Amino acid sequence: MRSTARTFKENAKAAVADPQLRRALDHVKSGFIGKRAKAAARLPEFDALRDAARDIKNHTLDHLDLYLERYEQNVRANGGHVHWCATAEDARAAVLEVCQRVGAKTVTKGKSMISEEIALNDHLEAHGITPIETDLGEYIIQLRHEPPSHIIAPAVHLTKDLIEADFRKEHTQFPEGRSLSEPRDLVDEARQVLRDRFLKADVGITGANFLVAETGASVIVTNEGNGDLTQVLPKVHIVVASLEKIVPNLEDLSTILRVLARSATGQEFSTYTTVSSGPKRAEDPDGPEEYHVILLDNGRTQMLGSEFHEVLRCIRCGACMNHCPVYHAIGGHAYGWVYPGPIGAVLTPALIGVEEAGSLPNASTFCGRCESVCPMRIPLPKLMRHWREREFERHLSPAAVRYGLAAWAFLACRPALYHWLVGLEMRVLGALGRRKGRFAWLPFAGGWTRHRDFPAPQGKTFQALWAERKAGRAP
Amino acid sequence: MSGRDAILGAVRRALKRRPDDKVARAAVEARMGAPKRGPIPARAQVGHEAQVDLFEAMAVEQSATLTRVARAEDVPGAVADYLKEHNLPPRLRAAPNPELDALPWDSQPLLTVARGRAEASDETSLTGAFAAVAETGTLMLLSGETAPTTLNFLPDTHIVMLKASEILGPYEDAWDRVRAAYGPGKLPRTVNFITGPSRTADIEQTIQLGAHGPRRLHIVLVEDGPMNRPGNGADDGP
Repeated sequence: MRSTARTFKENAKAAVADPQLRRALDHVKSGFIGKRAKAAARLPEFDALRDAARDIKNHTLDHLDLYLERYEQNVRANGGHVHWCATAEDARAAVLEVCQRVGAKTVTKGKSMISEEIALNDHLEAHGITPIETDLGEYIIQLRHEPPSHIIAPAVHLTKDLIEADFRKEHTQFPEGRSLSEPRDLVDEARQVLRDRFLKADVGITGANFLVAETGASVIVTNEGNGDLTQVLPKVHIVVASLEKIVPNLEDLSTILRVLARSATGQEFSTYTTVSSGPKRAEDPDGPEEYHVILLDNGRTQMLGSEFHEVLRCIRCGACMNHCPVYHAIGGHAYGWVYPGPIGAVLTPALIGVEEAGSLPNASTFCGRCESVCPMRIPLPKLMRHWREREFERHLSPAAVRYGLAAWAFLACRPALYHWLVGLEMRVLGALGRRKGRFAWLPFAGGWTRHRDFPAPQGKTFQALWAERKAGRAP
Repeated sequence: MSGRDAILGAVRRALKRRPDDKVARAAVEARMGAPKRGPIPARAQVGHEAQVDLFEAMAVEQSATLTRVARAEDVPGAVADYLKEHNLPPRLRAAPNPELDALPWDSQPLLTVARGRAEASDETSLTGAFAAVAETGTLMLLSGETAPTTLNFLPDTHIVMLKASEILGPYEDAWDRVRAAYGPGKLPRTVNFITGPSRTADIEQTIQLGAHGPRRLHIVLVEDGPMNRPGNGADDGP
């Protein structure tokens, strides 16, 4: 998809001013946070599992080349094919090649963020192949020609009234007077429409939550069952996955699965966890005849061993955005590319460049909630700080920020001067603001005073009080 | 240079590793050859009867329904009752599984039972299970000659005959059982973990059952006791 991350500030302003979006985003705050907290509290081993999950991924990343080789060997032993794709372009071409070879007209799709990352749907459409998203949220946003606004709840920015309007516009095969006011009605109608698509599709494309080296299997975790219908009915199953999805063995998979659903939706376990190995066997009554894995790099190997290495542990549960006050305020689209929220703030600059996405790691108060809930213990604020450093080093930050920081650094390196200046400033402000006790406007503080008054300082500075206190305590 | 060489080369450069690094290879071989378990929740490490009860409680919490019957012979009656109770037509598509074939279907003359993979018109399916995981109320179904995967997803109602002896504590016990049956590093084409019926929360975060997969998941639990569990050969007994 085309990035709008460069205009993040304008995007965010528009998002904050959108009352419909505000209503929709309330569901994020009210739903996800409480459910995750409850699920975590119910499992005494939860934090030990998070540590174990982190250690599994660290070990895997440290041996990634060897696990990738082992994984490929086992996929081939199962009768499947691995397509190594260095770039998004390579991956699009590999998918298209398989689809064209089997003469595919329609392709059903399970939810896949990698498919969004490589902009697969547009590429298939441009070559006369119709992609049909089957996850309900993805289906809705495909009807609206919108990108997902959340990595596990792609239509979380929409209210049911908007979805009803879309269904009335698109599903003209049904009577106009039908009732569609309840979520139940909408789910039933989408089920009916998509059932036929599942049965007629030539190729099914899914993502993968994990790739298991021990067995050469791909794993999808879903609730709707759409991913399973996508991969079991058509004659070809294509898995699109990035290379950091590897886990060594089934025990490691089980450990990480224990933290995934609880962190994502607060479920004990997702409804469907499906482990797929190759095409159907001679004795199987159903299943695809061909099984392909598109193994995508697209910048991951650049992150490996860099200061952003740890982000490769991410299992895409969405907990960081569910708990992010910035995401709550602006939603996912404002971030301007595939991955929103704190994970997007770290990943997007790595994948499309800090020149394009430099605003994202700056859109954080560093409150630390993302890191505190991350099941893989990724230090997201630290990684965002690394991007700010890079941006500063490469002279990409705005001039006002650079000169401001330089002036502050000059003072901060000279404490006596700093204290004297701040003390003076506080006394002046205190004297000027004595009558009202606050300022409605101050020079250089427009960003603050536009929204609220600035209180006038009273009494002494903290440093002065501290010095007095120390002096008083001394014998 | 192929994509494969380019990617593996980039990984090795990033990790500063030579392809012939023996220590790293040994670490990977060890992990593949003797998989180690992570922390296993205490709730799964209980006696067999408690595991059966935990399985029932967790499955029901996830909106599955469950009936206990004393013997396998009671399964056809329990299935017929369930269909009647939910006003469903007395027709089944059953997995081509000798164990299901052997059930006394004659006892239910009104019930039609067809065998094979699911067709679009099938309303109700009946399958067995390979194992069940008490920890989260999760069924484990393996694809194969006697277990078409389509039966688990296409019909509106999925009925599963589960024997109490198939219920295990954690997922890891179920993987051990799969390894014992298929050999190390080998899996059937599809392993389905199923916890309750299909659902979605994509519209305003309200949970709706029956998104694309079955609207109902019903488990008929045959209480055959803890016999024939892995490691419990006929000789060493319970």
